[in-house]
Amino acid sequence: MAPSVSTATAAPFDQQPTHNGKITKIINGRLLQNHAIVEGTYLWFQDGKFIHPQSTFFDAQREPDEIIDAKGLLVVPGYVDIQINGAFGIDFSDSDGTPEKLAKDIQKVAKGLFQYGCTSFCPTVVSSFSETYNKVLPLLRPRPGSVQDGAEILGAHIEGPFISKEKKGAHKVETFRTAKRGMAEFDDCYGPELQNTHGTIRIITVAPELEGVRACIPELVKRNMTVSIGHSASKIAQAEEAIAGGATCITHLFNAMQAFHHRDPGIIGVLGSTHLPIPTPETKRHPSPSSSSPSPKNPDPRPFYGVICDGIHVHPNSVKIAYYSHPSGAILVTDAMSAMGLPSGNHSLGGLDVVVDDLNRVYIRGTDTLAGSAITMDACVKNFVKFTSCTIVEALEAATLHPAQLLGIADKKGTLNVGGDADFLFLSDDLSVQRVFVGGEEVRL
Amino acid sequence: MRLVIRDNSNEVNIWMANYIKERINQFAPTADRPFVLGLPTGSSPVGTYRELVKLHQRGQLSFANVITFNMDEYVGLLRDHPQSYHTFMWNNLFKHVDIPSQNVNILDGNAADLDQECIDYEKKIKAAGGIELFLGGIGPDGHIAFNEPGSSLESRTRVKTLAYETILANARFFDGDIHKVPKLALTVGVATVMEAREVAIIITGAHKAIALAKCIEEGVNHMWTVSAIQTHPKAVCVCDEDATLELHVKTVRYFKSIEKVHHALIGEENLGLQGGVKNIKLKRGNDALDDEEGPGAGLAA
Repeated sequence: MAPSVSTATAAPFDQQPTHNGKITKIINGRLLQNHAIVEGTYLWFQDGKFIHPQSTFFDAQREPDEIIDAKGLLVVPGYVDIQINGAFGIDFSDSDGTPEKLAKDIQKVAKGLFQYGCTSFCPTVVSSFSETYNKVLPLLRPRPGSVQDGAEILGAHIEGPFISKEKKGAHKVETFRTAKRGMAEFDDCYGPELQNTHGTIRIITVAPELEGVRACIPELVKRNMTVSIGHSASKIAQAEEAIAGGATCITHLFNAMQAFHHRDPGIIGVLGSTHLPIPTPETKRHPSPSSSSPSPKNPDPRPFYGVICDGIHVHPNSVKIAYYSHPSGAILVTDAMSAMGLPSGNHSLGGLDVVVDDLNRVYIRGTDTLAGSAITMDACVKNFVKFTSCTIVEALEAATLHPAQLLGIADKKGTLNVGGDADFLFLSDDLSVQRVFVGGEEVRL
Repeated sequence: MRLVIRDNSNEVNIWMANYIKERINQFAPTADRPFVLGLPTGSSPVGTYRELVKLHQRGQLSFANVITFNMDEYVGLLRDHPQSYHTFMWNNLFKHVDIPSQNVNILDGNAADLDQECIDYEKKIKAAGGIELFLGGIGPDGHIAFNEPGSSLESRTRVKTLAYETILANARFFDGDIHKVPKLALTVGVATVMEAREVAIIITGAHKAIALAKCIEEGVNHMWTVSAIQTHPKAVCVCDEDATLELHVKTVRYFKSIEKVHHALIGEENLGLQGGVKNIKLKRGNDALDDEEGPGAGLAA
């Protein structure tokens, strides 16, 4: 009998087994995989990436070089913060100082973020003049995370200045502009980094109702930027148009936008949209369909939305209402200002005198006015569970999977799947950060 | 042969895992003298593997000096296909324990020359010193490994065409499409298994009852290839009550009574692991028997 012989002599590897890097196996962990907490399975990584150990075992004939006992802790992807303005007294929009000094400051923040479970982030630059952008943006080009360099920089989030004067928040109105001359106005403002050849600009927040802005959205998307609408007085129709035009995110939902009105729900009303164009199944950068999606078999036509989950910027009830109207779009952000990570007391930050209280609230000294947020990512995740009564899995995904999906990097970040970057955390059951690993190496906290 | 009957499949798994653990630990394997274990796949051994993993995790069993030989593997299926036997063994046993990858032997269904692969496999078994204990299951048609009805009882490792029924039964793992199911497999032969120094078979479930009855109550028959264990000097079958449904009451009673004699009258401490009886000290005084030694007297041979 002559059997038909397959010419394949070896299985295709997810991972070439010729790497000599150390193989690490994590045992006794409860892993966040496939939208569930799974026990009785293991996590393997080598050379900074998660690997599929089966081919390593049978073909490369390697066993783990190190076994780490997670002792029953939760093992989850590292948090991804897509909106953070600074921390530890450092402000990403601050352009005073030499490039070396600024680079060191950025590194200081990047390293300090690990303790809060954040392993990759988008340094956010608020509305500024061109000089600032030209100086600061080249320093925010994407660079990998490591124990020495800190959390991974995914690229900058440029929030403004193409935003609405009515919804300025803490931004300086003098810097604001409109796009009368279209993309030329954008290029003029941000400088050469806006061409995005280095992938420097990850996210841009704009107010789509401003003159000329809506028309520029397709070009911004073409340059591989995520367009987010915020600091905007858009009415519902304008907001929906912006989404239809390619915007895939809403910047800090509820803040710096029209309050929800039952006859014109504004940007917030996008969560209830039923007539947005339905993305094809291959479309990236859109959320998976929420239970309320008008089209369950395709990505959700509604965008992602960031939520500052400190309980101060948004009332817990509001967080809950928004969440359940569109669960798969929720992204937790800190929108932290430079006071984040500083001890309570008085601080002078960028010429502004602020007071940090024991609950991490930051006020302009002598007033009741919030200066900004000082919440950390791990606190956001804990609060989110408290405010919405969602499951641990849902809260964790809002801090990992969803931001990674928004940025189109869900195969590398926010995941424990094979091929992903080995950025992960050990959490106790109350979601407190116990151990942090970036690129497969443990960070000493 | 010994037939050990337990109440349910869970008890069977625990018994078998414990037996394997004891066999390995009493053998005290070293790098120079490893324990060579033959392993099956399929639904029967899943629970046993689970119990073995538990024993390993409790620190009671190490696989550092165990060499394994699996019974079979599909032809033409890539190794990391979810239905390959490589994947089965990885997920059910290897990934949980400390077995070195060089100690693992599974037939390569993608070898350029399948016949040579089979010949080489037999050579590897010989080079390892032969199999100390071969664990197996039993198919509803009484087959051991892929030695389906009609397989020679003297067969060795070879390429086998799968029976149509087997292909149909397996279609559920391949998107319900019988064209995706492998039609050929490499399997150890009946004689390959019988050459092991000991054979242990797990049989659970009512759907295996007829096969069990055919294999132990009737003759050695190539239509029910597991029946070959009747001629093996050291074989043990472990089954649950459901699997005994087609056996004669007499058979079941006999094997249960043997166990009773062992435990109540002879005493477990006098029994060797493989059924041999050590120095007998009978419980009630019969002086003439006090000095009697019966090493390997094999009450249950």
